[in-house]
Amino acid sequence: MATATTTAVHDQHEHPPAGIMRWLTTTNHKDLGILYMSFGAIMFFIGGAFIVAVRAELLLPGLQLLSPGMYNQLFTLHALIMVFGAIMPFATGLNNYLIPLMIGAPDMALPRVNNWGFWILPFAATLLLTPFLLQFSGVGSGATGAGWIMHNASLDLQSGIGIDFAIFTIHLLGLSSITGAINVVVTVLNMRAPGISLMKMPLFVWAWLITAFMLILAMPVFSAAATMLLTDRHFGTHFFDAANGGDPILLQHLIWFFGHPEVYIVLLPAWGLIPHILATFSRKPVYGYRAQVYALWTICFLSFIVWSHHMLTSGLPLAAEVYFMYSTMAVSIPTSVLVFCWLGAIWRGAMTFETPMLFALGFVAHFGMGALTGLILPAVAVNAQYHNSYVIVSHFHYTFFGGGIFGMMAAAYYWLPKFTGHMFDEKLGRLHFWLTTIFFNMTFIPQWFAGLDGMPRHVADYPLKLSAANLVSSAGAFLLGLAQLLLVYIVVKCVRGGPKATGQVWEGAQGLEFTLPSPPPYHTFETPPEVK
Amino acid sequence: MNEALRQANRRLTIRLLLMVAAAAGFAFALVPFYDLLCKATGLNGKTDGAVQIAQASKADIGRWVTVEFTSTVMPGMSWEFYPAQTRMRVHPGEVTRINYLAKNPTNRALAGQAVPSVTPGWTARHFNKIECFCFQRQVLKPGEVREMPLVFFVSPELPAEVQEISLSYTLFPVSG
Repeated sequence: MATATTTAVHDQHEHPPAGIMRWLTTTNHKDLGILYMSFGAIMFFIGGAFIVAVRAELLLPGLQLLSPGMYNQLFTLHALIMVFGAIMPFATGLNNYLIPLMIGAPDMALPRVNNWGFWILPFAATLLLTPFLLQFSGVGSGATGAGWIMHNASLDLQSGIGIDFAIFTIHLLGLSSITGAINVVVTVLNMRAPGISLMKMPLFVWAWLITAFMLILAMPVFSAAATMLLTDRHFGTHFFDAANGGDPILLQHLIWFFGHPEVYIVLLPAWGLIPHILATFSRKPVYGYRAQVYALWTICFLSFIVWSHHMLTSGLPLAAEVYFMYSTMAVSIPTSVLVFCWLGAIWRGAMTFETPMLFALGFVAHFGMGALTGLILPAVAVNAQYHNSYVIVSHFHYTFFGGGIFGMMAAAYYWLPKFTGHMFDEKLGRLHFWLTTIFFNMTFIPQWFAGLDGMPRHVADYPLKLSAANLVSSAGAFLLGLAQLLLVYIVVKCVRGGPKATGQVWEGAQGLEFTLPSPPPYHTFETPPEVK
Repeated sequence: MNEALRQANRRLTIRLLLMVAAAAGFAFALVPFYDLLCKATGLNGKTDGAVQIAQASKADIGRWVTVEFTSTVMPGMSWEFYPAQTRMRVHPGEVTRINYLAKNPTNRALAGQAVPSVTPGWTARHFNKIECFCFQRQVLKPGEVREMPLVFFVSPELPAEVQEISLSYTLFPVSG
């Protein structure tokens, strides 16, 4: 009797409900991984559309298309959507799909929480965009335009409903990412197959474990700061209100105390998956495994004690400026350990240049540029010139796009055959890489020079002398956006069909996920695998 | 999932939730901590409240300190607001009076709050105010012009290398 019941339950698990109910009620880590990744991809295009409008305004000097208020809303929404809507959910999708496969677990530890964490996201995105859409029917003054870290919110320059909507969006996003992070920690610490000790885990799992701890410690600070802002605006408190004894600089401290770890929350998953790809296509084992694990932990620690390098021009005392300068520069030490390990991984390897490898190498090159300029920026004397200029804009796009997005694309191409069971069109993939690389640099190289020439960020207009740089940059941005449509085509084509992918997919691919067929069955590792 | 694993997962989840609560509590604890830090280090150039005139010691007439006065009116505030005098030379310990002028050119009564800041920030603890318009909010009737007094002395303990102190007032609108 007992056997029969077990079989019935088991049977139900094997066949998920058909249609939309499968996706609404699923607690399967692979389904949720796909949902997270699809959501991230959709938001990537919405955030991209916003910035295309911004670059259209900056194509020529003077104001042509947008009012300054609308311009502020667009760049703010672009940033919030790209960071919280695109990169973070996509990275969460990868961890959902891959971590149980990599550590030989049957699923995530808290499957229902996992479902809840995902389904918060569409509501959060809707909440963020609602005031933006409402303004076109004459309700309210639009979405928040205070920048992604809400610097200007405390100055009461923006008093509309947009900031309130953004605050509640932040609460929802915080809930979603904290539940996701707790799930990762519990899964990784409790659910590993016997034989996989911590120091035998793949680096992607390590990177996500550390990311999860950073989310658990940093995200509540962001939510708390947003709550204080909310009570300041509506319930008569004075946390950030200088007229009543509060301090607007405190808001910056709180938000950057979250904001700097957030930078590494965006990047760490990419840092974790790059060694897998470099090793596979160099036909070598991962280079410097231990060094990379320790470097990731060091970066996690340092990320919490360097936040004021975003505030070097806010009137900090000299001693604090010098401290934040040196501590920030210290981040470059573990970061260089990572970079040299990546270079070590391909050194004298039997390299081939399939699309994932191209994106991984593009990641190393672009992230290297972002990191090197990040070493210069905290120098106190230099920062006075670069602060809030386009130098900063270019710098963090080299890390976020050149690092984060290139890393995610490399991962998407690397594991896409595993997810779908089909190989993608390799020729189109390589074309996508080259177009992305060329137009990415065409967009952001001119911004270094515009920034050095004094172009401030967050302003809808610029002096005539910056016309050439902005023209090239805008043209690059439009083409970069267009090139991403190729990605949609490649992915859709790959999902619908193509040459069958083998279980190992790539010659030289290592790891538990490549011992499974492609695509893996709905339930995997219900009995833990044998690991030597 | 077997029962032991389920229990272990639950225990770890609760511990992680406590970490989340601690992190949120830490953020709120930063508010008073930040105030204390600013007070202890003179960060932000915040000055203290009123001191008694009796605390003023004898003027050190052998030494001069230049005090500069500036003002800023925040966006959303329509007063005119400026010091009657932009700089003066004082002896440390000498009780001095200076006026700031405020005018409300509108036809509504408006309230404002001036927030002081001293540069260099760490000299704020040596800048003592006996009387100041910044101690409470000021309300001006429509069209009213007011001379607002500031009575202060610079402490003789001000380190000798400091020859100039700037005092800035930022005027914020106060609603209600």
